[in-house]
Amino acid sequence: MASEQLTGSEIVLRALVDQDVDVIFGYPGGAVLPIYDALYQQNSLRHILVRQEAGAVHAAEGYARSTGKVGVVLVTSGPGATNAVTGLTDALMDSIPLVCLTGQVPTHLIGNDAFQEADTTGITRPCTKHNYLVKSIEELPRVMHEAFYIAKSGRPGPVVVDLPKDILQAMGAYTPPNGGQHKSYRPQVKGDLNRIREAVALIAEAKRPIFYCGGGVINSGKAASQLLTEFVRLTGYPCTATLMGLGCYPASDRQFLGMLGMHGTYEANLAMHDCDVMINVGARFDDRVTGKLTEFSPGSKKIHIDIDPSSINKNVHVDLPVVGDVAHVIEVMIKEWKARQYQPDQKALAAWWKQIDQWRSRDCLKYHQDGELIKPQYAIERLYELTKDRETYITTEVGQHQMWAAQFYKFEKPNRWMTSGGLGTMGYGLPAAMGVQIGHPDALVIDVAGEASVIMNIQEMSTIAQYRLPVKVFILNNEYMGMVRQWQELLHGGRYAESYMASLPDFVQLAESFHAVGLRAERPDQVDDVIKEMIACDKAVIADILVDKAENCFPMIPSGAAHNEMLLGPDDKAKPVSEEGMVLV
Amino acid sequence: MESTIERHTIAVLVDNEPGVLARVIGLFSGRGYNIESLTVAEVDPQDSRSRITVVTTGTPMVIEQIKAQLDRLVPVHRVSDLTMQGPHVERELALVKVVSSGDKRVEALRIADIFRASVVDSTIDSFVFEMTGKTDKLNAFVKLMEPLGLVDISRTGVVAIARGKEGM
Repeated sequence: MASEQLTGSEIVLRALVDQDVDVIFGYPGGAVLPIYDALYQQNSLRHILVRQEAGAVHAAEGYARSTGKVGVVLVTSGPGATNAVTGLTDALMDSIPLVCLTGQVPTHLIGNDAFQEADTTGITRPCTKHNYLVKSIEELPRVMHEAFYIAKSGRPGPVVVDLPKDILQAMGAYTPPNGGQHKSYRPQVKGDLNRIREAVALIAEAKRPIFYCGGGVINSGKAASQLLTEFVRLTGYPCTATLMGLGCYPASDRQFLGMLGMHGTYEANLAMHDCDVMINVGARFDDRVTGKLTEFSPGSKKIHIDIDPSSINKNVHVDLPVVGDVAHVIEVMIKEWKARQYQPDQKALAAWWKQIDQWRSRDCLKYHQDGELIKPQYAIERLYELTKDRETYITTEVGQHQMWAAQFYKFEKPNRWMTSGGLGTMGYGLPAAMGVQIGHPDALVIDVAGEASVIMNIQEMSTIAQYRLPVKVFILNNEYMGMVRQWQELLHGGRYAESYMASLPDFVQLAESFHAVGLRAERPDQVDDVIKEMIACDKAVIADILVDKAENCFPMIPSGAAHNEMLLGPDDKAKPVSEEGMVLV
Repeated sequence: MESTIERHTIAVLVDNEPGVLARVIGLFSGRGYNIESLTVAEVDPQDSRSRITVVTTGTPMVIEQIKAQLDRLVPVHRVSDLTMQGPHVERELALVKVVSSGDKRVEALRIADIFRASVVDSTIDSFVFEMTGKTDKLNAFVKLMEPLGLVDISRTGVVAIARGKEGM
């Protein structure tokens, strides 16, 4: 029986529908015209036309992170594909499931330096989890389904499928997904039971424990956050989260010590330094978290739960690795804890909490909102207070504002916080917010931005206008690349080389020119009104908050320093940064 | 952590698909790992699988990373650290061209005989020797040929397989 013959483009779209895709972020061009032609003739897939391919990838990331689904990108060959590279790298670093379809010149022209040809699979090999160049119509359906399976299973990541134009126009048969069977790729989801038992026994014996949770908890799905919360509460132990992990445990809970790392809280970092048992759940001992490796939590036994075996022992030697999916492993841990009726050493735990509370009493995030200048921390704090009771999603760009958002916005639930953690991509937040809004049309989506970052992808305001997305852009405007300026102040003798932005646009007028609403706050007493007006507005808004230009982000662990060498504020004199530290970023 | 540099021979069974070698090599260069030698050839035409043998050096932590990173590549079926797993056979093949005459020519032939190298090409004033053995043995042979008119060497790099009845 001859099966139905479809064009390559139709096969691509059929596969997307079968993979439960409902929206694609893309930009057309010569090589992908057949796909756009097929898109035009169907109604099941929605296409969002971005203004630059980088915007498409970040939008897909925002969509993926807020919905838990795979984000889909469609771009053309050559420059379309190369513009997507930053977003792909970003998604790889933060383990975001994406499928990026790139057009390619026809197979007979590949290698001939044809118009808009680029070696897309060559360029994207190191910045994707996997990639494909489809060379025959027969393999197209399998590759499409495999791409989704690889993107979302195990440690998620971006997958590129490079589609030559002649393949898109060839005729072939479609085959539906096979349920995720792969001949060589088999992620380990379930943790080893004996290891888990050992780990739970170690957790139960701890005198000074801490849970150190990362983006792996979020990636493992909503159930993982619930299970983690249950387990942490069961033990009564303190819990900290990485930048990527915020929201995996309710931030307002007493057991939560705030974010750790370079700009983490005093209590979280000191608890990490002094703990005797560290339970790393889906985090990767990133350099922003560990500080000086040789002095990182020197006295602790370390348990590390991670789905990716290559994360184990990469930076830090761990005593008890458990390879597996966070949700599975924690679920078994809870069962084990209950079955064996473990009781933590309450006396030791009380002493540990006493110590932690003492650290906490330093109130390391304190700032003084006095005078006529808006403190950026104050702006974020007010934003939190005025939006916390709504269904709010926060994205950020990269820099000081990102850290202040992480410190002052309290995330109670997973998938509400989208930030470029690993790669640190300025220009991420605006398109990401666009993607979040597409996935959650009725939610309040706010890009907490810096004026320098947001300009990197400001063209996406046009996309936001086209689809009438009520995205809010909350700019902490200090006219500097704030984090660069801060490092120059602390490490380079206050020589502010190229970190001041002259000739910034008038963001209120800029908003208006993009059919959005522009608002501005210049004094502290205007902040609340601007936020309220922003929330009440049913259109896109740019809120330009003019903040103290000299404010620095504290606490801070200087480069090359250990957790217990934090700077708490401007009056804290740092030891001169070591030569070793100066070469670090 | 101890930071002694170790040398490991690692066998990697991969799908013989386009770009797979680039993935492996790109992994080593991208993450700053060393490659001392690398050989690859298809070993199972039916299932289209190739075996890559890579000799690398690094601290135990780095070696562990290399294996984990290799295993993470989608077309990789299996990674096997032969050095860690115990007894295994390592062999390398070299073709060595020596140009000389008179006593030197006789001496070259005599040493080749001692090393059980065979002559695979000969002219009035040159030989091409073929030799198989462990890397050290090849090195020793090449060194001896240096003063005897060595002009060209081509080596395969190490291939290796575990001793005993177990397959990879």
